[in-house]
Amino acid sequence: MASMEQTAPQMDLLRLWRDKNARAVIIQILTIAGLFFFTFWIVSNAVTNLETIGKGYSFDFLFEPAGYDINQYLIEYTNRSSHLTAAVVGLLNTLLVAVTGIILATVVGFILGVLRLSKNLLMGKIVYTYIEVVRNVPVLLWILLVHGMLISSLPSPKASVSDGWDFLGVSFLSNRGFYLPQPNPEPAFWATVIAFFLGIAGAVVFRRHARKVQDATGKILPVFWVSVAAILGLPILVFLVTGLPIVWSFPELKGFNFVGGFAIKPEFMALTLALSLYTSSFIAENVRGGILAVSHGQTEAAHALGISNSRTLQLVVIPQALRVIIPPLTSQYLNLTKNSSLAIAVGYMDIVATIGGISLNQTGREMECMTIVLLVYLCFSLLISAFMNWYNKRIKLIER
Amino acid sequence: MTDVTEQNYPPGKHPSLPPPRNMTGWHVWIWKNFFGSITNTVLTFLSIFLIWQIVPGALDFLVFDSVVNAGSRAECREIADGACWAVIVERFEQSIFAFYPEEERWRVILAFILLFPTVGILLFDGFPARAKLMKFTIAYPFIAGWLIVGGWGLEPVSTDKFGGVMLTLIIGVTGITLSLPIGILLALGRISKLPAMRIVCVAFIEFIRGVPLITLLFVASTMLNYFLPPGVQFDLLLRVLIMVTLFASAYMAEVIRGGLQAIPKGQYEAADAMGLKYWQSMRLIILPQALKISIPGIVNTFIGLYKDTTLVIIIGLLDVLGIMKTALADPKWNGLPEEVYIYTAIFFFVSCFAMSRYSLYLEKKLHTGHKR
Amino acid sequence: MSEAAIDTSGMKVTDEVVIEIQHMHKWYGEFHVLKNVNLTVNRGERIVICGPSGSGKSTMIRCINRLEEHQQGHILVDGIELTNDLKNIDAIRREVGMVFQHFNLFPHLTVLENCTLAPIWVRQTPKKDAEEQAMHFLSKVKIPDQAHKYPGQLSGGQQQRVAIARSLCMNPRIMLFDEPTSALDPEMISEVLDTMIELAQEGMTMLCVTHEMGFARKVANRVIFMDGGEIIEQNEPEEFFTNPQSERTKLFLSQILNH
Ligand SMILES: Nc1ncnc2c1ncn2[C@@H]1O[C@H](COP(=O)(O)OP(=O)(O)OP(=O)(O)O)[C@@H](O)[C@H]1O
Ligand SMILES: [Mg+2]
Repeated sequence: MASMEQTAPQMDLLRLWRDKNARAVIIQILTIAGLFFFTFWIVSNAVTNLETIGKGYSFDFLFEPAGYDINQYLIEYTNRSSHLTAAVVGLLNTLLVAVTGIILATVVGFILGVLRLSKNLLMGKIVYTYIEVVRNVPVLLWILLVHGMLISSLPSPKASVSDGWDFLGVSFLSNRGFYLPQPNPEPAFWATVIAFFLGIAGAVVFRRHARKVQDATGKILPVFWVSVAAILGLPILVFLVTGLPIVWSFPELKGFNFVGGFAIKPEFMALTLALSLYTSSFIAENVRGGILAVSHGQTEAAHALGISNSRTLQLVVIPQALRVIIPPLTSQYLNLTKNSSLAIAVGYMDIVATIGGISLNQTGREMECMTIVLLVYLCFSLLISAFMNWYNKRIKLIER
Repeated sequence: MTDVTEQNYPPGKHPSLPPPRNMTGWHVWIWKNFFGSITNTVLTFLSIFLIWQIVPGALDFLVFDSVVNAGSRAECREIADGACWAVIVERFEQSIFAFYPEEERWRVILAFILLFPTVGILLFDGFPARAKLMKFTIAYPFIAGWLIVGGWGLEPVSTDKFGGVMLTLIIGVTGITLSLPIGILLALGRISKLPAMRIVCVAFIEFIRGVPLITLLFVASTMLNYFLPPGVQFDLLLRVLIMVTLFASAYMAEVIRGGLQAIPKGQYEAADAMGLKYWQSMRLIILPQALKISIPGIVNTFIGLYKDTTLVIIIGLLDVLGIMKTALADPKWNGLPEEVYIYTAIFFFVSCFAMSRYSLYLEKKLHTGHKR
Repeated sequence: MSEAAIDTSGMKVTDEVVIEIQHMHKWYGEFHVLKNVNLTVNRGERIVICGPSGSGKSTMIRCINRLEEHQQGHILVDGIELTNDLKNIDAIRREVGMVFQHFNLFPHLTVLENCTLAPIWVRQTPKKDAEEQAMHFLSKVKIPDQAHKYPGQLSGGQQQRVAIARSLCMNPRIMLFDEPTSALDPEMISEVLDTMIELAQEGMTMLCVTHEMGFARKVANRVIFMDGGEIIEQNEPEEFFTNPQSERTKLFLSQILNH
């Protein structure tokens, strides 16, 4: 037999290779070794290359002055601030776009998803057309188109005042941005803020109380309306009683631009609108799918038990639909956040445009800047997937 | 629920009667679909309002008040104040071929024409002599590459001359073709029993999926050269192709993993019981089934990738969107973003909508397949 | 189901009319599904409805709790006429329980929550009372120990018994069953039928679409045969099985009994 004639060490190797566990170990060792050598190779290349052009790998530049302006900042920033501050300003701008976009996209997406299912043929078709048109065109194109339309159709600040692009004479829409009156709270405004939080706390307490009352006596209390009254009504009441403690600073035309007030910049508007427009079309489809996934038998069974239409929605349909909707919804949120990096196309200063754009070009620190940007996005993703895993575990339907 | 005088029929002999007048006919149809309830009526009026607000204005702008023949934006505005399609007319050819030398464009056209039979063979079961022609689909990328890049008897064309629709298709088709096999390998790695393999694949997939494509493109354009041995330079287009492919593979891997996990465990066991080796059982038993059920997801990933090709304009490549944007910088056409972007949007809409219809058709076909 | 004859002492038919269907017609679009259906049900009756597939059995009993609308004729349940009046519909649905072929349990709620949902939100019963009552009915269908599981963890027969308990929790005076056993494996059928027999013995008014002829013989006081949307014949079970009047009934019986 052939194998008998082989020399002993070869036979051992062969036997090892035939052994299932040993082979698994060998393959894994080879994978890791290969990966290790590959990493070693590219790192040593990078070290050599950086040395030849006299660059190191250090983050010291972060503390040097950035030297460029950013037109929208949520924390104090001037062109004498450091690159690190610029990065934080960019990060906050990213978060601002992401949060605003997510809220808008969710609201619009849910409305569209429900409308798409409505019995009204006309509305169904309109929403269908909207969804198909919006999601089959690249998001970058939407950003550019919305930005282009805003810039080309909005008047200059001067014309905005003279041609009536104002709302009630206190807000002005122009190609420099949407200028709104800025509320400057007086000390007494604190009462309203406190009332708002008290309202929320009150709503939560009332909800618990209502649950207890229902458990004990069966009586169903109007939780929704009481919550609305507590969260909205109470602060408004306090606001009125304390004598409207807010001073408004109104935008006024001075020279070529407005002074005072508070501006929503056209770049921000374009980016937020386009991102939420695009994402809402995907969310609408998720919502529709989620509602359709709840079988008709479920509604029928609830009706047969005498449960009313709105309670059937609240107790049977929505809890089941949400299980289907939320996982893809979170991944849409993540997509929106990642797509906000296209800010650079319209000159909105997000994290990519600040540290990954201007700072990178000015300092020539490609490695360091890109590392920061990549890490920031990885953190977002990890946070969102951690949430998803937690949620999926919590809501998983228990089956055999 | 009015009472009609009941005629008495013997049991079992009652004829089928037409429904009462108040439940059929077009007026009932209209009532049901547009006015059945308060919400329904409100929605109908809202819809009519929306259509009335948007459609006439849009039609005026896009069609009735539009200008096709003019030499510049100013001329357009003199004729009518709708869309100035003249810019598209002038730039049409450029939007497709960009700076590809005019006398060599037949090569691009030929490569493009050959794409159709290739796609046809791949997508439709009924294609005549499909099995034999499959070899052609494998050869196609090489033929097309040779035609477009040149060499071996053809005039070489440098890649910085590439652009427009042609570049969009090059990036899209390359990314789509290469990401599938890489995605399959990654998916197999991710569900592999070997921990080291699994960790490597998970790390790769989650890293790529965790960052925006634009940052990867920045990496490709600004720092990829640092990681190569000194002196080695890569073409920018090639670097972009690599990144786009890697990016799509990670998403593809997740779609295929879904398909692999949907295959019942019994299939894996049956393959093992037949004595098939790992690769044999994957190739012959598992992958054919897994790929089949993931086709809709794969097509959706393709659509996503295809739309994402527009991002290359941010690092300076001129795809359709990029090349049309240059028209905006032209003093002659300055200030026509709507026309330019709408034209590009129509291009993308047509191709993506076609792909999504195809995916829907497949989904329906698969659905019936599974029921039986 | 045990072969021994069952105790029928609790099954009493009274004179009180609980369901009255007069000249009822229903169409699906152009399709005439139910043709001139006339049926009177007294309190305590156990009616079995059978007939070939597509004959309109489900449609008929679904009309009784207005899961389907009828277009002509009248349906009165407990003296209340079924119209589009939502109040009437709610009132009737509280009186009438229904058990479906595919159980339709709520998968996101435990067995106990499935049973207490309607009492809590419709009858406004205090939670403790609702749970006690639910446990009572769950014991009655012999699965009190499954109360805290989810429907997905139960066998088909157990799920169907939960569905019966869930309906009973609303204290209905009439129960509708639409092929409650046809989605079940043979060994689970008897556990569900036993539950239904017990219910009958307590005097519940029942309308039951089923092809379990053993059940019909033992429990029913009337068997109705439907075909083509019409009630072809109705009779006492003994008469119905031994001496069917119409040709179609004979054919149908020979088909379901000889296999
Ligand atoms: N929603 C509907 N729309 C249109 N036609 C329907 C609808 N539901 C039922 N039908 C038709 O009405 C007829 C009666 O259906 P039904 O479900 O009442 O029959 P069935 O006697 O219960 O049959 P099975 O024994 O199969 O359950 C069938 O021909 C069916 O195709
Ligand atoms: Mg039926």
